[in-house]
Amino acid sequence: MKVIYTDSLVIGGGLAGLRVAIAAKQRGHDTIVLSLIPAKRSHSAAAQGGMQASLGASIKGVGDDEDVHFGDTVRGSDWGCDQDVARAFVNTAPKAIRQLTAWGVPWSRVQRGDRQVVINGKKVTITESDDAHGLINSRDFGGTKKWRTCYTSDGTGHTMLYAMDNKAIELNIPVHERKEAVALIHEEGVCKGAIVRDLITGKLTAYVAKATTIATGGYGRIYAISTNSVISEGIGTAIAMETGLAPLGNMEAVQFHPTAIVPVGILTTEGCRGDGGLLLDKDGYRFMPDYEPEKKELASRDVVSRRMIEHMRKGKGVPSRYGDHLWLDITLLDEKHIRKNLREVDEICHYFLGIDPVKDYIPVRPTQHYSMGGIKTNYKGESIGLKGLFSAGESACWDLHGFNRLGGNSVAETVVAGMLVGEYVADYCETTELKINTKTVEFFLEQERVKISDLLNRETGENPFKLKKEMQQIMMDKVGIFRNHDDLSKAVEELKVLNQKAKNIALRNRISSSNPELVEAIRVPKMIKLAQCVAYGALLRTESRGGHAREDFPQRDDKNWLKRTLAYWKDDNADIPEIDYEPLDIMKMELPPASRGYGDDKTTPHPDTEKREKEIEKLLKDHPGIDRIQTSELLNPVEVPERYQGKNERVGRGFK
Amino acid sequence: MSNEEKRTLTFEILRYNPQIKGDTPKMKKYEVVEAPGMTVFIVLNEIREEHDPSLQFDFVCRAGICGSCGMIINGEPKLACRTLTDTYPKGIITLLPLPVFELIGDLSVNTGKVMRQMSERVESWIHDKDAENVDLTRIEERMEPEVAEEIYELERCVECGLCLAACATKRMRDDFLGAVGFMRLARYAIDPRDKRSGKEFYDIIGDDDGVFGCMTLLGCEDYCPKDLPHQTQIAYLRRKMALGK
Ligand code: FES
Repeated sequence: MKVIYTDSLVIGGGLAGLRVAIAAKQRGHDTIVLSLIPAKRSHSAAAQGGMQASLGASIKGVGDDEDVHFGDTVRGSDWGCDQDVARAFVNTAPKAIRQLTAWGVPWSRVQRGDRQVVINGKKVTITESDDAHGLINSRDFGGTKKWRTCYTSDGTGHTMLYAMDNKAIELNIPVHERKEAVALIHEEGVCKGAIVRDLITGKLTAYVAKATTIATGGYGRIYAISTNSVISEGIGTAIAMETGLAPLGNMEAVQFHPTAIVPVGILTTEGCRGDGGLLLDKDGYRFMPDYEPEKKELASRDVVSRRMIEHMRKGKGVPSRYGDHLWLDITLLDEKHIRKNLREVDEICHYFLGIDPVKDYIPVRPTQHYSMGGIKTNYKGESIGLKGLFSAGESACWDLHGFNRLGGNSVAETVVAGMLVGEYVADYCETTELKINTKTVEFFLEQERVKISDLLNRETGENPFKLKKEMQQIMMDKVGIFRNHDDLSKAVEELKVLNQKAKNIALRNRISSSNPELVEAIRVPKMIKLAQCVAYGALLRTESRGGHAREDFPQRDDKNWLKRTLAYWKDDNADIPEIDYEPLDIMKMELPPASRGYGDDKTTPHPDTEKREKEIEKLLKDHPGIDRIQTSELLNPVEVPERYQGKNERVGRGFK
Repeated sequence: MSNEEKRTLTFEILRYNPQIKGDTPKMKKYEVVEAPGMTVFIVLNEIREEHDPSLQFDFVCRAGICGSCGMIINGEPKLACRTLTDTYPKGIITLLPLPVFELIGDLSVNTGKVMRQMSERVESWIHDKDAENVDLTRIEERMEPEVAEEIYELERCVECGLCLAACATKRMRDDFLGAVGFMRLARYAIDPRDKRSGKEFYDIIGDDDGVFGCMTLLGCEDYCPKDLPHQTQIAYLRRKMALGK
């Protein structure tokens, strides 16, 4: 039996995983990162657009601060997020970006003087102040009141990931590449590490650890077309679920990005619209202002995606052999700007579409993009059902995003959660002794060994590639942007059937070492279960909130649904998860539920909303003259590790 | 391309699994019906799913961003995910794994190991004793916008390894650092946040395994999928080394 011991085991080598590993290592704990691939190839690198942090240096960001960022995030989430988490996040984001600056990210900087930008389809000159010269710049993104998205030309995620991985290399943190965690080891409700398969030799190893962190990203690949990397299959999330102890939160909360190219689904960044790009229909008509006169193309992602589908349903889509699509028009931007600040988009258009975005419109369609759901954790990033198991980044439902994530809040979450959760992981390592019964380790190792040898010995059965395709198609057709009872019930029934079939997978290539078909056979049953959590959660949630849009229940219903879905997979023989709900407590909210400001608000209010509003009014009256920071401490006191406390300085404003 | 003129493409792919005792390298042929917008990524997945589930290759982003999918396509090192099949009018496409790297199987090679070693060798991080003591509540240190842009231009490398596969020196001498390493070093050399001295940089690359070993054949520049200015950077480093010693 091969066993490797460490203090802090991190599964996933993207931004969040590396940041947690760095935190634990800097606090003196032995740390190992497991990754399917070389860490620098993680999906974090694909984030082209930027990272939200309220630095407020650029003239269009002046007046920005933690409070404005907080409000945007909560409204963006359609009040589904955890406001304690959101508050800790917005307060820490400026520190996170400043730390990354010291670690080498070459953020784009403010240039003093005049510059031309495109706002609402028109060229406008803005003037940057002398004071801001050389500070980190920011651009406009959807659903934000200020230009808050900090960026490195077109390669924000790439430069952040490179700085992070380089820091990990400096600290001598080992990254065990081409390793896949296939099960968690746990004993008496405490996680003790993972069973890991080497993707080259096929050998199984037990990694035993005090703390285990899952940071494996989203589960976008349960859909046939997704902007996600091909490895974003949610396996980390699934192995947590398969313990039966760790619940998954809000799995039905799936984000569709408005502008992925047709047909392959590669993303063109929100920066295209942030920098002035427009959406046009088959007549070349700019339709978004008709639907959303205020925010237009820069409404929240879920809103823009739905409006695009609505518009195509009216027959305004551009027909193509791959179905209808719309146009993204960035031809009104400067050629220089496109070649430099949107170069990734330029390259993608060139290589995958054979067009030049300086002259041509880009064919786009809303496409699966982000998983708000994931391993439900508390504010410390620890699973609420399995001690010693942590999660950070997209794989977690820390619950920063609720039912819709703002653009630029995802890479921001990875590093901020990595910083904060990393400290709690280190605390946990400090106070925990590594004790485990070897029988437990043997049990889990043997369980996985048997599963694999069953797969290798079965003579006939299901083809794992085909099962996956079927699952992906069900999700596309029946659990997409607009959802309804009939389709969702069908999806749940069909996924039940697939879940049974997945127990009977047989391989054509029956070898235990590096074998892509075996990898698929191990993953697909897990993915089907995740898909079922999404479909079943969506069927039960009879309201619309953020990215979860029910045609048969088009309104948000705070009275009955201001609660988080928790999906447990306790019974290995079950075909659907057990569902529980965790209410969101309005009486603790800094920002009680209100309208997001899109379309007519027909929300069914919760009785506590009015109560809390009155209470806040009274609290503020009782504390006259307090500043904004004292106000947020009064209404929403949150815990942040000591080293990341303190007010954030801004140019022209100091620490106020 | 319209529906009528669908081509049948012939793929010849090197097959070899070193994990299987007694296996030997051989070329295998596969036929695939071309679809519009088809990339080598799409073809390889189709072959794996429909014809041969044992076929090994590496893709992650499938968008030309992550650098996973370098291979030799009709004799040239390229990123397979963004290579369209219609760039080959004859419809015959040969795929070989990248040389220089350890073969994992078929078209999959271990670039990760080499890149980590490279990063350790050039100490690919900001060297500044004070970096950890930065007060994170304060306004960040200023940087001239052009300097930030210049650094980014050199940091666009995706560690795909095509430059090494295209490098005659590297193929003869395993210890040769190669363009990817020079580019990384140049990126830190122009970064004001990195406090290393000229001498410290020299110690890393001032020999024949470093920048003076380059024969200036510039396969790196020809095949870099990110169009990085390798030639300029190698010349820059040489000049800096020669003057700065
Ligand atoms: S798969 Fe990422 S560059 Fe080709």
